[in-house]
Amino acid sequence: MSAAVQKTGMLGTIRRSVAWRALATIKGGVAGGFLLLVVLGAIFAPVLTPYDYDIQALTNAFQPPSLAHPMGTDEFGRDVLTRILYGARTSLSVSVVAISISLVFGMTLGAAAGYFGGRFDRMVMVVVDLTWSFPEILVALMLVAIIGPGVTGTLVAICVAYLAQFTRLTRSQVMALKSETYVEAARGLGASHAFILFRHLLPNCLGPVLVAGMLATGDAIILEATLGFFGLGAQPPTPSWGGMMSSGSGLLFKGPWIILFPGLCIALTVVAINLFGDVLLAKLDIRDRLRVV
Amino acid sequence: MLLDVRDLSLRIGTVGLLDGLSFSVDRGEVLGLVGESGSGKSLTALALTGLAARMGATITAGSVVFDGTDLVGLKESAYRRLRGKRIGFITQNPMSALDALVTIGDQVDQVSRLHLGLSKRAARAHTVEILSRLRIPEAEVVARAYPHNLSGGMKQRVVIAMALAADPDLIIADEPTTALDVTVQAQIVMMLADLVRKRDLGLILITHDMSVVAQICDKVCVLYAGRVAESGPVRQIFAAPRHPYTEALIGCIPRDGMAPGSLRGIPGTVAAVSQYGADCCRFAPRCCRADALCSTQQPLPVATGTGGMLACHHPVDTPVTEAADADDR
Amino acid sequence: MLGYVTRRVLMLVPVFFAVSVVIFSMIHMLPGDPIENLLRVGSSPAQREALTAKYGLDRPLVEQYLLWMSNVLTGDLGTAIVQRRPVAQLVAQALPYSLSLGGLALCFSTVLGVVVGTIAASWRGSWLDQGLMGGVLFGSMLPNFWIGLLMILVFSVSLGWTPVSGARGWESLVLPVLTIGLGGTALVARVTRIAMIDTQGKDFVLLLHAKGVHPLTIQVRHVLRHALIPVVTILALRIGWILGGAVTVEVVFARPGLGSLLIKSLNQHDYPVVQASLLILAMAVMLGTLMGDLLQAAMDPRFRDSLT
Repeated sequence: MSAAVQKTGMLGTIRRSVAWRALATIKGGVAGGFLLLVVLGAIFAPVLTPYDYDIQALTNAFQPPSLAHPMGTDEFGRDVLTRILYGARTSLSVSVVAISISLVFGMTLGAAAGYFGGRFDRMVMVVVDLTWSFPEILVALMLVAIIGPGVTGTLVAICVAYLAQFTRLTRSQVMALKSETYVEAARGLGASHAFILFRHLLPNCLGPVLVAGMLATGDAIILEATLGFFGLGAQPPTPSWGGMMSSGSGLLFKGPWIILFPGLCIALTVVAINLFGDVLLAKLDIRDRLRVV
Repeated sequence: MLLDVRDLSLRIGTVGLLDGLSFSVDRGEVLGLVGESGSGKSLTALALTGLAARMGATITAGSVVFDGTDLVGLKESAYRRLRGKRIGFITQNPMSALDALVTIGDQVDQVSRLHLGLSKRAARAHTVEILSRLRIPEAEVVARAYPHNLSGGMKQRVVIAMALAADPDLIIADEPTTALDVTVQAQIVMMLADLVRKRDLGLILITHDMSVVAQICDKVCVLYAGRVAESGPVRQIFAAPRHPYTEALIGCIPRDGMAPGSLRGIPGTVAAVSQYGADCCRFAPRCCRADALCSTQQPLPVATGTGGMLACHHPVDTPVTEAADADDR
Repeated sequence: MLGYVTRRVLMLVPVFFAVSVVIFSMIHMLPGDPIENLLRVGSSPAQREALTAKYGLDRPLVEQYLLWMSNVLTGDLGTAIVQRRPVAQLVAQALPYSLSLGGLALCFSTVLGVVVGTIAASWRGSWLDQGLMGGVLFGSMLPNFWIGLLMILVFSVSLGWTPVSGARGWESLVLPVLTIGLGGTALVARVTRIAMIDTQGKDFVLLLHAKGVHPLTIQVRHVLRHALIPVVTILALRIGWILGGAVTVEVVFARPGLGSLLIKSLNQHDYPVVQASLLILAMAVMLGTLMGDLLQAAMDPRFRDSLT
């Protein structure tokens, strides 16, 4: 409080409620806890459930949720909970790996474009803006069509679809930092471009970019699920959250739980990721730096 | 008395920002409210217009009697009818005081349409008239322009026009010239002084510039860290300042025939609001006359013979016991 | 101003060609031979060659591109290889479904988003602000197709209020518009709220209060007006989101729009249709950006004057 008053003078006094910060940590705790639960569930899936994810038992099909099958069974008689646990493996790993790769490429490209500027920068930005104005789902659909459905296709599709966002963000961060005194001092002292980039610029824009990456992972899970829903994601029998719903609206009459639970799982995970990212943003105090536009 | 402020205290959160302010202004009178930045001048202006609550501030004590009614605790809707209609407000920075998306004319019209109930056409005629009286050339053209088309001085005239549009009784001008070129500053100041005389309205001029005060004010009230240090008629305060702070402020004005290097500043800065002490003179750390008493006891404002106030344990015209004050004037 | 509009429209030309080259080359990287789908079992290599030649697939890529482009510019989008009809006809049939859906979704999310954002900004920090923004954000984090499925489950299957799928009458538009609109609403609400809070702290707003203007008038006539500028910018940039949403949602609700056509043609490797629908989607994105820029010029006199 007193610091804020000193900094902005009397009129600019901003009242920051302490309660909100406390809530933020609770928020972060709940969200983080849930994410941990999902990851643990994916890892220990074989221990946690007595069923197999790929053995069909048609006599057991369309069982509504019960004690034996807490989330019911699907149209082939497989336990929905089991498939969600195993599906988490595919959905989470594909999203996380794809975003990580995309981050590495995006940061390199964005840092280079922002640091060197000039014609290279303009070229990169034309391409980036072009992809950026295109919806991710369309970019991903095209790429999956080229590479073919499956895990690899989904991986590349997500990777490329988010490349523009990370490039833009890193570029704007680097451009803002480039003119800072210490960077110019380093250049004046004869430091190499690589040294300045890797030692000064990239570490300083790591925070916002990593949080953006985390938030994008949430979107990537949705994208992966959407591709899966179209039947273009991980191919059967490999379970994935989106794939579980690919039978679509036809199932709504006979077994809505088959659609309900995987979707709920995606929704909760994505919300948890966003909440956690939000807490990180607040804690790191970098909310303003995350504006891409 | 048009406006009579007594013992006004105000706080934001737990910090008391204004502490027992008293001053008054009558019709046809200019009161200068002087102090360094952070002394609570702008906040006082907001408190008088009932806008302090928007900043999260609460008035904890005192009264603001305007034309016979106490404004403290007045309902917001009633206050709103006063603002703009009977109390005009001129903000600090004309560059950002106007809505960039609305034409000058519409912004000035707004006041007369709202408070005088004028029709669209009548309001515009009224606006053009005020603008031309404020010596804005081609007022009809200017009325159709947007703020970014005008210079700073022109914008400030527009802000003044908005303050005048509903023919108010009192105008509060918060540093009306700070953001302007020196050449324009004088014009605006003289224009305000002229208005007070012609329209018989009261003006509270908030400024940190003692030379402006000397030019147009009738009375002056010197604030330091949210408290009144000294107040009184301008002539007397300038002739014989009694508070060391007032004396120092006047010493900051450059004058003809000053020896090079003799212009003085005041050492140190106003304490941060969080460091405001209660039982002390807040100027003490920067005062050459301060002693142990000043840091343990608050100097209470005492009425001076000339209708002003003074809050100092060791006024300038009384000898200081120890600390030989070399600077006798 | 007129000069700006002309310049801005002319700028679309190179972008259009760049986009068309990208789309064309991507299409030709697609695996799978559409001719394969056309051949009857046991047809001879000669028949195959004839068909390939008929669709111009044997010529060099550059020539194919030039041919395609010159045809496109004269309004001929080619003939669908698998669906065996003029592409223009297929697209013309699908377009109204997508336009009505996309347009309504855009309106819906803009109006709702601005209203929610304004309310949230006006009562900033209150439970109303947190509840509304939380709700809208939550809605935007859910997968589009899943919301669609849920809505079908609730409104069509359980309550029987709206048709499950198809494109007959306005009732069939309600659920798809809601589904797509939710995502856009969150975006608009967030931008509106931030921009309004930003504007509320400006000097001119304080002066408006000092003029005695009613707070509601200040919020709607002044603050919101400023806040709408970034909203328009963002919407123009992200108009693709709405279109992308339309693609998924059309499939879920079995609407015969451009999205459904695209997915169907992708699966059938029907090059000309994929090419044409992508080109149309890209043009929609470009036109959206153009509209945004022009709207911004119309809304902001400073921007307008900086153009001369």
